[in-house]
Amino acid sequence: MSRRFKRQLVSYSFLLPWLVGFAALTIGPIATSIYLSFTDYGLMAPPEWIGLDNYVRIASDDPRFWTAMNVTFTFVVLSVPLKLIFALSIAVALNKGLRGLAVFRAIFYLPSLLGGTVAIAFLWRQIFAGDGLLNRGLEYAFGYDGPSWISNPSTALYTLVLLAIWQFGSSMIIFLAGLRQIPLDMYEAASIDGASRARQFFKITLPLLTPVIFFNAVIQTIDAFKAFTSAFVISGGEGGPIDSTLFYTLYLFQEAFVNLHIGYASALAWVLVVIIAIFTALSFLSAKYWVHYDD
Amino acid sequence: MVDLALKNIDKRFGTVDVINGVNLEINKGEFIVFVGPSGCGKSTLLRMIAGLEPISGGELTINGALMNEVPPSERGIAMVFQSYALYPHMSVYKNMAFGLETAGLPRAEIKVRVQKAADILQITHLLDRKPKALSGGQRQRVAIGRAIVREPNIFLFDEPLSNLDAELRVQTRVEIAKLHKELGATMIYVTHDQVEAMTLADRIVVLRSGNIEQCGRPLELYNKPANKFIAGFIGSPKMNFLNIDFRTSTDVNAKFSLADTRLSIPTTLQAEPGMKFSLGVRPEHISTDPKADVLLGSMAVSHVEQLGGQTVAYGQLQDGQSLIAVLEGQRAIASGDMLNVGISHQHCHLFGSDGNRLND
Repeated sequence: MSRRFKRQLVSYSFLLPWLVGFAALTIGPIATSIYLSFTDYGLMAPPEWIGLDNYVRIASDDPRFWTAMNVTFTFVVLSVPLKLIFALSIAVALNKGLRGLAVFRAIFYLPSLLGGTVAIAFLWRQIFAGDGLLNRGLEYAFGYDGPSWISNPSTALYTLVLLAIWQFGSSMIIFLAGLRQIPLDMYEAASIDGASRARQFFKITLPLLTPVIFFNAVIQTIDAFKAFTSAFVISGGEGGPIDSTLFYTLYLFQEAFVNLHIGYASALAWVLVVIIAIFTALSFLSAKYWVHYDD
Repeated sequence: MVDLALKNIDKRFGTVDVINGVNLEINKGEFIVFVGPSGCGKSTLLRMIAGLEPISGGELTINGALMNEVPPSERGIAMVFQSYALYPHMSVYKNMAFGLETAGLPRAEIKVRVQKAADILQITHLLDRKPKALSGGQRQRVAIGRAIVREPNIFLFDEPLSNLDAELRVQTRVEIAKLHKELGATMIYVTHDQVEAMTLADRIVVLRSGNIEQCGRPLELYNKPANKFIAGFIGSPKMNFLNIDFRTSTDVNAKFSLADTRLSIPTTLQAEPGMKFSLGVRPEHISTDPKADVLLGSMAVSHVEQLGGQTVAYGQLQDGQSLIAVLEGQRAIASGDMLNVGISHQHCHLFGSDGNRLND
């Protein structure tokens, strides 16, 4: 056995646990789901090859798919920009050399750690239910008897948008790091040039922050497309009322594990992958027109 | 005519005093250089003039008007930063036009001003480029151009050449000097490089620990440094300081001993025999002429540097005191040689134990 081969063997043996995990838990399921997306498979019987039928049905004969698309796109379009604006506003405020910055940073980051949990989704339910905290507050303050925000099809989705915005912590931390990267003398030069705070923000801060905005936008868009837990918990896994919170992933979950249409759900999953890929590719294509890289 | 005046200017960061009661008057069209070691407060003083740093005490007036609370943009100043501080997302044109656009000037006038500044700095062909596509020297020109278009009364430069390589630094230094002549504006320039200070300044202000140590024309500081700090700071290589003992004095001369050597320096001095003084001798003023006014004794050469035009000898006098001598031309000196060295009377700098200059 040559010395070089021996050395490589040692390297690969160290990599082996990860390689096994990667093959069994990532590559395996991906390959399987591609295969299953071309089959009719319901867990009880072996998969039956049906070609493109699942994809044809998704495109032409599934009104709930279009409802889920509509709900998900609305959620993405509302939650991503609002969350980014909110996160950037807080980051700008925290970037003013505040005392106890680390404490505030931790406090503002907390919702992001808790936000994705079932407990918070339950809490959200308590706040926006008919007799929830919000309505009690409205009644106390204005005498207004509000509806059940999560049971009302026209407002339910917006409570989930609010929950998403509330989880602004990770974006905020990244914005804060980005703001710290902007050299102070840019602002000093601008103040000598007579630029007001607002002009400095729009003409210097925002353009110099575009790489960070771009990064956050891509990550948050992907996350928003994949949003699941909050809708699942708040709607009790139904996506109701009247499918108004039927996120794409929730519909996919229902098809796979409630209706046991594993093959069809796999096809849905791949459609989502393609949608996310298209969005990401478009984002990268657009980046050259609005993202300013220093070097 | 006084353009800018600092009266008892103080700066405190918390409990730390950074600038202590600085008084200075700068005339219209003067080129003033603030020089001093790191942490002496020179950049802070410049930033206070710019309005980027609040003034803790005293008065800053420009053209007679009190400026302490006036925002930077209304002081009639422009500043060139050490890092250039160009906006990386804007073209050179936009960088130069930014201040004028902010001030709401008509587009046509902005174009004329930018074009004029670009012509002066020979950067017209770079106007459409972004800063990342420029070399260090070109970025520096754009930074200067951004200052020029504002047509300020006072230009402030904060170590503008420190990011350039040695050759470009010399070239840009000359260009800044030309620019000063061409524009005739008041310029305040901060540097830690005494060569820049000597070559550019009408007057040099030497700062140490937030105090002005001396303010004067470059050759004044070179020929008559007020104290050992200035004497050591101005000139390269640094001035030699030799410990000498006072012996006696007459109406015109003071006599000292340096090891076994007797020195006579033309100055009047009241002192006790045996008192310690310091004799400052610039390396370039040392000669090997046996008829020199003041003979310092023999120097044991330990190291020699041949620079072509000059020969630099490092060594020790008989009593072990170090000495550097810069001798004109190419001298056949080697390590281990003994050199008899001396200086002329006019090049003797005598300092007391407090470091202050004693002779005229």
